Amino acid sequence: MSALSDQLVSIATLAYLLAMISHAVEYALGNSRARAVAAPSRELVGAALGSASAGGTAVGPLADVPDTAADIATAGTSTDGAGAGGAELGSGAPGRAERTAWRAELGGRIAVGLTAVAAALHLAALVTRGLAADRMPWGNMYEFVLTVSFIGVAAWLAVLVKWPYLRRLGLFLTLVMVLLVATAELVLYTPIVPLVPALNSYWFVVHVSTIVFASGLFLLGAVPAAAYLMRAGYEEGRRSFPYTLAKRLPAAAGLERLTFVLHAFSFPIFTFAVIAGAIWAEAAWGRPWGWDPKETWAFISWVIYAGYLHARATPSVKRNVVAWLAILGFLTVLMNLFGVNIFFEGLHSYGGI
Amino acid sequence: MTAVDDRPASPAEAPRHRPNPLHALLRNSWRQLTSMRTALVLLFLLAVAAIPGSVLPQRGVNPEDVRDFYTANPDLAPVLDRIGAFEAFSSVWFSAIYLLLFTSLIGCITPRLRDHVRALRARPPAVPKRLERLPQHAVVAAPEGGVAAVAETLRRRRWRVAVRGDEVSAEKGYLKETGNLIFHTSMVLVLVGVALGSWYGWHGNRLLVAGADQVFCNTRQQYAEAKLGPRVGDDLPRFCMQLDEFDAQFLPNGQASSFNAKVTVDEDGGAPRQAEFSVNAPLRLDGANVYLLGHGYAPVIRYTDRFGGTQTSTVPFLTTGDIGLTGEGLAAFPDANVDPDTGERNPDLQVAFSGLYLPTAPQEPPFVRSAHPTEQNPLLDLVAYRGNLGLDAGIPGSVYQLDQRQVRNGRLTEIGAKQLRIGESWTLDDGTTVEFVGTERYIVLSVRHDPGTMLLLVSSIGLVLGLMGSLFVRRRRVFVRLLPAGPGLPAGPGDPDSGSPTGGSSLVEVAGLPRTEHPGFAAEFAQLVAAIGAGGRVGDAGTDPGAPARPREGAE
Ligand code: HEM
Repeated sequence: MSALSDQLVSIATLAYLLAMISHAVEYALGNSRARAVAAPSRELVGAALGSASAGGTAVGPLADVPDTAADIATAGTSTDGAGAGGAELGSGAPGRAERTAWRAELGGRIAVGLTAVAAALHLAALVTRGLAADRMPWGNMYEFVLTVSFIGVAAWLAVLVKWPYLRRLGLFLTLVMVLLVATAELVLYTPIVPLVPALNSYWFVVHVSTIVFASGLFLLGAVPAAAYLMRAGYEEGRRSFPYTLAKRLPAAAGLERLTFVLHAFSFPIFTFAVIAGAIWAEAAWGRPWGWDPKETWAFISWVIYAGYLHARATPSVKRNVVAWLAILGFLTVLMNLFGVNIFFEGLHSYGGI
Repeated sequence: MTAVDDRPASPAEAPRHRPNPLHALLRNSWRQLTSMRTALVLLFLLAVAAIPGSVLPQRGVNPEDVRDFYTANPDLAPVLDRIGAFEAFSSVWFSAIYLLLFTSLIGCITPRLRDHVRALRARPPAVPKRLERLPQHAVVAAPEGGVAAVAETLRRRRWRVAVRGDEVSAEKGYLKETGNLIFHTSMVLVLVGVALGSWYGWHGNRLLVAGADQVFCNTRQQYAEAKLGPRVGDDLPRFCMQLDEFDAQFLPNGQASSFNAKVTVDEDGGAPRQAEFSVNAPLRLDGANVYLLGHGYAPVIRYTDRFGGTQTSTVPFLTTGDIGLTGEGLAAFPDANVDPDTGERNPDLQVAFSGLYLPTAPQEPPFVRSAHPTEQNPLLDLVAYRGNLGLDAGIPGSVYQLDQRQVRNGRLTEIGAKQLRIGESWTLDDGTTVEFVGTERYIVLSVRHDPGTMLLLVSSIGLVLGLMGSLFVRRRRVFVRLLPAGPGLPAGPGDPDSGSPTGGSSLVEVAGLPRTEHPGFAAEFAQLVAAIGAGGRVGDAGTDPGAPARPREGAE
């Protein structure tokens, strides 16, 4: 069972990698609609319109976009401002451009399919690991990172079901997944051992599951935040390196809202998780809060994310700054996940009691 | 999310006469402090200020690490210490930031609390003149009961409703602001709980060896380390405790799988009783909780001196941190070799044994590391010393370590080393003997009292619930106006939908305004319109509730 789990992790990593490549292909091939890839001169018009529409239409993940048909249309609109070209170009030359677009669309769909397969394998790896260990698979850093990344990808698939036109973000998400899962496998791998008595408590399930869940959502939330920063720059007319990547991303306003929705959803869960940790710490270590390194970094993350929510509610704070706060918040989560285990010794390093 | 303005100055505060400059300064500083920008900066500073506390060793977490840091950085450490870096979370700078933040917080929520109470008491505002300007708008056939029926429909859906003539205003989602206020207030209460704990709380750590002769009673003097809050008197709650049995289970690889301590507790005013506790399940006594922090072995060592006098000492050997529970300790016999006839002490004939205890010694030397935490092959590796232990010199020394100064200056001499198994004895060069009798278990306890925990728990619950209200509830308003039947409708110029209907039945004009970002509002509004309209059916005004006012979505 344990060996099976290890193999599943390897295959899942591979599947994420393939998904990432398919996303990259979709990206490289360009827009999903033939019309948009037409004349090169369209680029200028499109760009201008793209930035104009960002403020006006605000077709974000939160707008009540009816499913399927409209979504694909939106995907078009929000990429190059191709909506502009849409009408007149409908009759444009089919041929190569159309075929390329069709391939891009196919690439995107394959990427999503592969992501789903990878997520299923990932889940299977966690389940078999849990069965082999006869407990929840959250006992050490390896298992922890695997679970957090699974939550991230599962939440991503849920987001995709609801707002399919965000598909292109998948390139960034799968990149993060490949990095995380491969790091877990290559650097953090630990053979199965039962829990030390300190972890043997139902608070383990309550605290760790919520922390994992919130961290997974923060992970997912960092993706549109980063995408927003690139896209917003692109819509302002920047054409240097990271911004050009955002050429085919959904509109900045939508990315910004998606970032907020994910964070607003996970922040209370994270708060609950930290409180559950404090209740557990009271029972296990005799104090609810002791500024152990893990606790300290959880505090730092919490304060940064509270700052994010405040900043977003304050109109005078630029949205760029807000997005940076979200990214900073995720960096502190990563610090807690990796850095604290590696650099510091605290009560969370479960050597004995 | 509400767009929160950076607290505009309220017109009421406009000065009536020439402002006193000091007064003006104070008022401006206060306004500055309670602005959202300041709160943001302070939040960020708080996060940054917490970093040193995780990077540098902290006295409250691990005093040994601080000592090690001092040894490793003899120049830097005192400087850091002076700015409180080893007690970062009670340092001046950290406290200043959070106190400012909480002052800002209180200054921020007090006016909001007042406003919210007012809003809760007030009726929803009057219907605006031009409803078609609101983000959501529809005209449908009026229900049979007219305005009363509309109000009833809204009330049933738990809207707060105000009827004024032919007009109905309704508002929902007050819980958002309520939640936000509960959340921020809870945060203040959390701080109060922490303060209570540090003023009135106390805790102490000690080691407790099993056996009836090792009873521990809860007094200040009995703790190896203790910390009492400034408001704690010297009389701690009275109870005594004896460790009857300590049971620890381990896996073959040495990892612990369970612990259980059985004790007899004698609380003030009650009969002695048995109790058990373990990691994650502390012993909760009246006025104190007892936590299990660690455990180890205490070898029982018997020394027979030149005069045939014997002394037995049960010495807890502190674990060295390895998984096999290797212990390190010192058995000192300062009262050895006292002539029983004359009572004369020879301070140069004191004896001490320092050494290692290995519960499971490996098959072959070196015997420095235990292979397993259970006692499968117990071995006591002792080094004997004779001379002046330096215990009377008035220099405080550790009970667990030999005073190396005495060895260096030649007052204490090493006289040999030997490995002993249980029951074995070793005859020293002067004919005295030392015997390894056996071992006892010991546990490390933390005894604590924190009167703030209950408040912390309650305010934490408030924190989470308030937060959910604040983030998930949406404030929104709907307005309904009954339009008179027939021609003469106030058709909005930009809204052909509200054009003159056919038929002579009366109509209602419905409009909705999400007061916070609310993506699902269009759908909710459509449903509401359908419910309000005659027979729950959309009227003939031509508004399609399936996609009401979509292009205007996003206007806030
Ligand atoms: C201890 C520091 C603080 C923390 C951890 C904190 C945390 C939070 C959180 C997590 C929210 C999110 C709820 C939401 O977005 O609706 C929030 C909302 C809010 N906070 Fe704070 N807060 C703190 C201090 C302050 C201060 C000092 C102020 C006033 C200057 C303030 C004013 C607000 C306001 C007005 C909102 C509502 C935003 C909205 O309407 O959506 N908070 N706070």
